[in-house]
Amino acid sequence: MNRLNLAWRMALSEWNAGELRVLLLAVLIAVSGFASVGGFTMRMHTALRQESHRLLGADLVLVSDHAPDRNRIGQARKQGLRAVEIEQFSSMVSGVGNNFRLAQIKAVEDGYPLRGRLRIADAVPGAERIAAGIPPPGSVWLEPRLAQSLGVHVGSVIELGYSKLKVGALLTHDPDLGGEVFNLAPWLIMNRSDIPATKLIMPGSRVSYRLLFAGSSSRIQAFRSMLIKHLSPGQKLLTVADARPEVKDMLAKAEKYLGLAVLLSAVLAAIAIAISVRHFVGRHLDAYAVLRCFGATRRTILSLFMLQITAIGGLGAILGMAFGYAGQSVLSGLVDTLMHLILPPVSVLPFLQAGLAGMILLTGFSFPALFALRNISALRILRRDSPAFNGASVLTYLPGLFTLEALMLWQAHDARLVLWITAGLVGFMALTVLTAWGLVHLAGSLGEYYRQGWGQGLLNLRRRRKSSVIQISAFTLAILSLLFLSLVRNELLGDWRDTLPINTPNRFVINIQPGQLATLRLFFQRHEMAAVRFFPMIRGRLTAINGRKVNTEEYADKQTRRLLDREFNLSYADSLPPDTVYAAGKGWNGGHPPDQFSVEQGIADRLHVKPGDRLSFDVGGSSVSAPVTSLRKVKWDSFKVNFFVVANSALLKNMPASYVTSFYLPPSRIEVLNELIKAYPNLTVIDVSAILHTLESELNQAAQAVEFVFLFSLASALSVLYATIVATRDERARETALWRVLGARRRQLWLVQTVEFAAIGLLAGLLAAAGASVIGWSVGYRLFGIPYHFDMHLWLIGTFGSGLIIALIGLASLWPLNRLPPITVLRAAIE
Amino acid sequence: MTDIADIPILRVVNLARHVWVNDAPLTILHPGSFDIRKGESVAIVGASGSGKSTLLGLLAGLDTPDAGEVWLSGTELTAMDEDGRAILRGEKIGFVFQSFQLLPLMTALENVMLPLELRLFPDARQRAQYWLERVGLADRRHYRARVLSGGEQQRVAIARAFATNPDLLLADEPTGNLDAETGARLIELLFELNRENGTTLVLVTHDAELATRCSRRLLLQAGRLELSA
Repeated sequence: MNRLNLAWRMALSEWNAGELRVLLLAVLIAVSGFASVGGFTMRMHTALRQESHRLLGADLVLVSDHAPDRNRIGQARKQGLRAVEIEQFSSMVSGVGNNFRLAQIKAVEDGYPLRGRLRIADAVPGAERIAAGIPPPGSVWLEPRLAQSLGVHVGSVIELGYSKLKVGALLTHDPDLGGEVFNLAPWLIMNRSDIPATKLIMPGSRVSYRLLFAGSSSRIQAFRSMLIKHLSPGQKLLTVADARPEVKDMLAKAEKYLGLAVLLSAVLAAIAIAISVRHFVGRHLDAYAVLRCFGATRRTILSLFMLQITAIGGLGAILGMAFGYAGQSVLSGLVDTLMHLILPPVSVLPFLQAGLAGMILLTGFSFPALFALRNISALRILRRDSPAFNGASVLTYLPGLFTLEALMLWQAHDARLVLWITAGLVGFMALTVLTAWGLVHLAGSLGEYYRQGWGQGLLNLRRRRKSSVIQISAFTLAILSLLFLSLVRNELLGDWRDTLPINTPNRFVINIQPGQLATLRLFFQRHEMAAVRFFPMIRGRLTAINGRKVNTEEYADKQTRRLLDREFNLSYADSLPPDTVYAAGKGWNGGHPPDQFSVEQGIADRLHVKPGDRLSFDVGGSSVSAPVTSLRKVKWDSFKVNFFVVANSALLKNMPASYVTSFYLPPSRIEVLNELIKAYPNLTVIDVSAILHTLESELNQAAQAVEFVFLFSLASALSVLYATIVATRDERARETALWRVLGARRRQLWLVQTVEFAAIGLLAGLLAAAGASVIGWSVGYRLFGIPYHFDMHLWLIGTFGSGLIIALIGLASLWPLNRLPPITVLRAAIE
Repeated sequence: MTDIADIPILRVVNLARHVWVNDAPLTILHPGSFDIRKGESVAIVGASGSGKSTLLGLLAGLDTPDAGEVWLSGTELTAMDEDGRAILRGEKIGFVFQSFQLLPLMTALENVMLPLELRLFPDARQRAQYWLERVGLADRRHYRARVLSGGEQQRVAIARAFATNPDLLLADEPTGNLDAETGARLIELLFELNRENGTTLVLVTHDAELATRCSRRLLLQAGRLELSA
């Protein structure tokens, strides 16, 4: 108790002397970094998941081709989930003057959609609003293109089955449509209670029944496991990941990135703590010596130090948690308004974790300095004829490194990631220290030539070689983390942007007759859209594989059976596009290739077809047969025209074909479309711009999340830089005062200080750029699949940016000291 | 007509300094005036806390007074800004401190070179080497300051003080941190160099014997200046 008391009084008195503030700052920065990034990413993470769930209109969907067990709804609600049932089917709808159109009908009940909102408008173009609920009984909402082709508007009456229903609004957005890229027929959404009167759903009708569920992820998981066990034939479960593989990929990468950002803040925190504890202990050698002289044992002194460090660390951790809370809410507030994301409330967990992590790091990284203190005799300190404090041997940092590893594992749950980061960092730091040592020596030699000016700055660098090397290494790591994170960020954002490049086709045109091709080409040329390409489309039924008649009964999967019952869309080409990605085999490129098919990988898997197999199709009564030479990977969401099966031109050229095309039409040029439809009434134009818009905004949101977390890592790294500079500030302050006593002008001082800080920054930036390139190439490739390419910006920005920033922070930290009368600083140093 | 040699090298007019304690001024140096002529050696003596070091700091322009003026070689130091004072210091004043105040990471030679380099002396190295020889430390010139003994450090400080050939040498308890024998040898060196170079010496001490070696003594008692012969 006495010892605790003494430690507390010592901490207080040293607090007044300003000595423990740096340590407090380090822990505070570390914990608030942890807490802000941790708390924010946790919320963002949950929000991102929910955001992507809006695409399904739910978290989980049970799709069934027969009426599902209604009890499921009750079960779900009992387990705290929200649930609704909907039905989807196709039907003809008639509008003005017996104008019939095929539409996809979705009958919904109150509560739909469970995630996201329906948006409606009274006229298009016109003001869009969020729908308060679902269409009331007796009314329907139509997609604008359906209303247009039926010749109806809001207030008109349409006929659906045996019912007459009023058009209540135009449906401009339905979250549940995001998943289906090719909705050939437009949607009509109606109230489920109107279904019986239409008499459209009868035994044998082809209806897709859907049960939608939403709730907390743990409950959804549990419910999903239960459903999986009881799935009957013709039923399947959809989650976001199932529905949207590219969204899943995007989320996985974003998560990895956020994880990496948190990990690197842990490393930065460790550096900050190690530096400040070393500084703290180094500054207390006198007190240590005095206590030793008064008979304190090593144990007593160690425990006094540890108690003080723990007390200050604890205070720092508590403040850090508070700061972290503020930081994450400020950040979340920004995201709220910028992304229209509704973030879930933050849990207390990330803050407790951050506080605990801060204390663990503090223990692990204060150990080496305290351990080294053990070996210093009181006499040596009093005589002051040895270096002030030699720090600790590398070995004593091992416990700290282990705690860091444990923390990283705990935060990342990804041993591979942690292993890669550790291996990269350890190897890199060893190299950094060696290189920095050499560079500091070189800088000193250069400084010799300009001793009377800026050269003194470089000489200073060499004079405090050890401290310079430590500072350069710490800065290198901080800058490396930032460069690496920004490298990965840029690549990820670029990758996501490439998913939907500018001018991604937003209109498809089908049913083009061969005779219309020539005039259509002229039409597009006239509208400066000469690049529009037409693809032949031929309907064919798969009749045999390897000469054996196709028997649908042999395929268990219902969708495959349905596929085989229908006609395939075949196409042909002189060459397969150069950017085709092959899963097996290789396509053809011009010339007169032998007859062959290239098959999309997914359908080939379903049909158990591999290269070498011979496919036979019945095309308009004649049989076409050729071997499969390649399997292609097709990105259906690239919004380009794609086909399951493509043949070489010679094989299908003489078969009856229609043509299809896709192109990007800016919203401002919508009149081109009207003109097209007027001139060629037989064409069907499919508008996918709404779907594109949804996908685009998801990509943007994920990108913004990454940007925000990066900004935060940037702030943490800057704080670490500042803490490091503060740790050497007293020494520099005393030097500055002495220089002034000896007649140095302010300009001379600024020059020398600027050169020294800028040199540290430049060297650290240079090393960090080298490191980021190497780590970016190895870790980046392994974790994110980013191919390496030389990035000049990385080197330029890394080197000069860090030189500038460190010079600014360094000068800012000395600014108040440079202005004090030199006698004040000298007195403080003597006292 | 006044002979230029009659201008005092240091003129102090009604110089005063307060500190503020609990919003009330506490006078640590009461207004006082005196002149110091070229070639004089003056001891400022007084008990601990009498304001000796405060006065020395003001004479050197390291600190600014609350009232009064300090003139150095006919230039009013107290009217200049910090940079102006720094330049004048560099040209006219040399310092020796009780706690040596060397830059610990620089070598002995670099410490002596520094004020020369700040004034852009082209032969900074040669001059510094000469002065290190004069104080008997030529063989230690490449040692870092922090590994030298106290006596050696103070000799480096003396070499540094004389290197720029100052008109005025200010010494604050130069032997305070040294044993009697080392201290005595150091004082010999200081007075010898002072004589050789015709420097004006102002030293703060509470060593009565050292004070008697000076041509004049200024006694400070609780911040009040009393002149003595």
